[in-house]
Amino acid sequence: MTSATFAHGRPSPGRRLLGWFREWLPAFVVIAIGLVTWQWVLPDVLGIQRFLLPRFSAVAQTFWDERTALWSAGWFTFKEALGGWAIGSGLAFVSALVLARWRPLGRALMPYAVAANAIPIIAFAPITNAWFGTFSPRSKMAVAAVLCFFPVLVNSLRGLTSVRPESIELMRSYAASEASTFRRVRIPNSLPFVFSGLKVASVLAMIGAIVGDYFGGSIEALGIQIRSSVGLSQFEYAWAAILVASILGLLFYGVISLAEHFALRWHPSSRRIE
Amino acid sequence: MWYALPVQPGGEATRARRATSWVAAGVVRVAVLVLVFLVLGALWEGYRWFWINRDWTVPFEVQDRTMPHLHEIVGQLFREWPEGGPVLGSTLLDAALFTAKEAAVGFAIGAVVGFALGAVIAHFKVLQRGVMPYVVASQTIPILAVAPMVVVGLGNGVSVLGHTWVPADWLRVSVIAAYLTFFPVTINTVRGLQSADPLALELMHSYAAGRWRVLWRLRLPTALPYLFAAFRIAATASVVGAIVGELPSSIQSGLGGAILNFNQYYSAEPKNLWATNLVAAALGISFFLVVVLAEKLVVHRAPERLV
Amino acid sequence: MSAEAVVSVRGVTKVFGKGGVTALKDIDLDVAQGDFVSLIGPSGCGKSTLLRIVGDITEPTSGDVTVNGKSARRAREDRDYGIVFQAPVLFDWRTVAKNIALPLEMQRWDRGRRQARVAEMLDLVELTGFEKLYPWQLSGGMQQRVSIARALAFAPPLLLMDEPFGALDEMTRERLNLELLRIWSETGSTVVFVTHSISEAVFLSTRVAVMSPRPGRVSALIGIDLPQPRTVETREQPRFFELVTEVREALHATGADEVEEQLAAEGPE
Repeated sequence: MTSATFAHGRPSPGRRLLGWFREWLPAFVVIAIGLVTWQWVLPDVLGIQRFLLPRFSAVAQTFWDERTALWSAGWFTFKEALGGWAIGSGLAFVSALVLARWRPLGRALMPYAVAANAIPIIAFAPITNAWFGTFSPRSKMAVAAVLCFFPVLVNSLRGLTSVRPESIELMRSYAASEASTFRRVRIPNSLPFVFSGLKVASVLAMIGAIVGDYFGGSIEALGIQIRSSVGLSQFEYAWAAILVASILGLLFYGVISLAEHFALRWHPSSRRIE
Repeated sequence: MWYALPVQPGGEATRARRATSWVAAGVVRVAVLVLVFLVLGALWEGYRWFWINRDWTVPFEVQDRTMPHLHEIVGQLFREWPEGGPVLGSTLLDAALFTAKEAAVGFAIGAVVGFALGAVIAHFKVLQRGVMPYVVASQTIPILAVAPMVVVGLGNGVSVLGHTWVPADWLRVSVIAAYLTFFPVTINTVRGLQSADPLALELMHSYAAGRWRVLWRLRLPTALPYLFAAFRIAATASVVGAIVGELPSSIQSGLGGAILNFNQYYSAEPKNLWATNLVAAALGISFFLVVVLAEKLVVHRAPERLV
Repeated sequence: MSAEAVVSVRGVTKVFGKGGVTALKDIDLDVAQGDFVSLIGPSGCGKSTLLRIVGDITEPTSGDVTVNGKSARRAREDRDYGIVFQAPVLFDWRTVAKNIALPLEMQRWDRGRRQARVAEMLDLVELTGFEKLYPWQLSGGMQQRVSIARALAFAPPLLLMDEPFGALDEMTRERLNLELLRIWSETGSTVVFVTHSISEAVFLSTRVAVMSPRPGRVSALIGIDLPQPRTVETREQPRFFELVTEVREALHATGADEVEEQLAAEGPE
């Protein structure tokens, strides 16, 4: 009988470890070089002063010393980002469903959604401060939500509508209702696109929460702490705070990637996603 | 399409028909634009009227301070601010141009650096393994969060080999825009240059085309759509980067400065801040539209067909 | 004759767009119970359009279509046919088994019944053991077999196929032709089959409808009197070659006339 093209059997653990190591070695080397540059080349060779970027050792020291304060601020800001991300992405997906269901509306509004993505939403932060109060986390959540809305909307809409015509014809041959077609075809098809949008949105949400604070916010938030520590010339603290923000951002992104991996197990690895 | 519509041979009558339908399409587009604005305006005023009537405070209290009338916001642009001084619109326009300069210069620098870096990486496969992770890692630094510090820090000068150079204030902000631009451009340049159809490459080889020829005639045109996708993202990012970079109060002349300024006096005159937002939105969108227009002119490609 | 016919097409015309491209003009066709009818013709003759009109996926501009004694729309709503496209059109996020089960899920069959039928279908297309695989793990030929299994899952009396083996290589094609004939005789269904390939049309069918373009119409109906069941040897029989030649000449005859007419019409402009 015809033979199937199966995925390869799994190699031995030793081989896998070696392969993993080989793939990540260049990245490690680069990170090592980066740290060396940070610690010695930038300050000593290029004369980058404390104002711009303190030595890595100084930042690391502050990072450790102030870890409680830093992490609690980080957590505060992360909650703002997470809340905004959830609200913005949720609204965006629902809107995408509506726009995909009523195609003429979707087709007409899609260019506007794409253009709206180009608006510097961050300029809106002072206004959300006026709405919800400068010190309330809800103002930054609102900024994050608006930032997440358009990328997730555009991506979800694209995913919901980039279905092969034959799949729709097939469902028509089953006399399927619109809802059924959505449930069985469009939504599963859109998942890779939606996750792509969610990942982009997670980065935007985190940045939005922090930068939003630059226009005014609660002292418990990371952004305000960065701003005030810069004002007090405590650059080590500021960069340590940035480090916390980066780590949290990476974790956020990583968790979504993990969820994507599980949700899209059926996806052929050869497929490219935007 | 499973049924291929045969190409109709053209005659004078057909050309005239096509021209009129093109104009008609344009008119429809403008009509839709007007309609969308009208609907949005109606939603705004409707929400406002409804919430004020019902005295609802969720999600926030609605009054003149938090949600001015749309026409008043637009009207504010034509009022003098401060009294006896220039019209607000003209002040904001100057600020927008200042910010635009920062963003455009940054975009240009970032695009050139990004493209060069991407072209080198695409060419030397070895580099891809080594450099790409670093390129990706560069984006884990939330540059927007760092922007104010970078701008202030560069103000103290950069000393290389004994010489200290203090860049102009707007140029420092351009650095932020450049940083935000170079990443998407690099990634997409690599992707784009490597996306040439293997069969097309074989064709070029059969013409004994040298490496540069192949680059110029095949890889570059294939890479253009990817490049423009990156440019679209970068254009927006540059504007955002420029605005955020201006936040340290030493830079007053741009939109960021205007936002901070009007934020301070928000209670006195909220409409100024809203007007500034309007101008900032217009700036972001115009940058985006410039890229889209350039793409339409440079790239001749079948439009995306969505079902 | 029309009382027994599974598919009855009368005076069907299809015009696309206001520009007026006439894809089909006054098509009359009857397909009897148990028939295997191939539609063959050059590009643009409307054979795929006709198939989709029979399946009520496209609506005709004028004319009548009766499927299984009902209107095409009723037949579709009652799910009286299964359709197979040129591309397998499997859902990437479903396993082979779940892909075949799709129409059964939509008809609300309960789990046990579904699983039993899926196993039956896999056996029919000889893919038992591949239930848990995903489409991308299968070859093109196997994917098409899955889509055939799916089309037959709810045992429809009619099977519509739009160049299902067009994307496959010749050897896989010939093998799948034999399998299709086996399935056809085992299930006793009626098949309307669109193809580009003359030899495939002659090998598979009981009747071949030759279509010509601009405007699309049925220009010849050729009965294929080769004995059943057909085997690999059938392709080597003299009668096979005679019929292939007959079909080919029918195609050329109308095609050539058409081209000349077209050129004459466009000339002076």
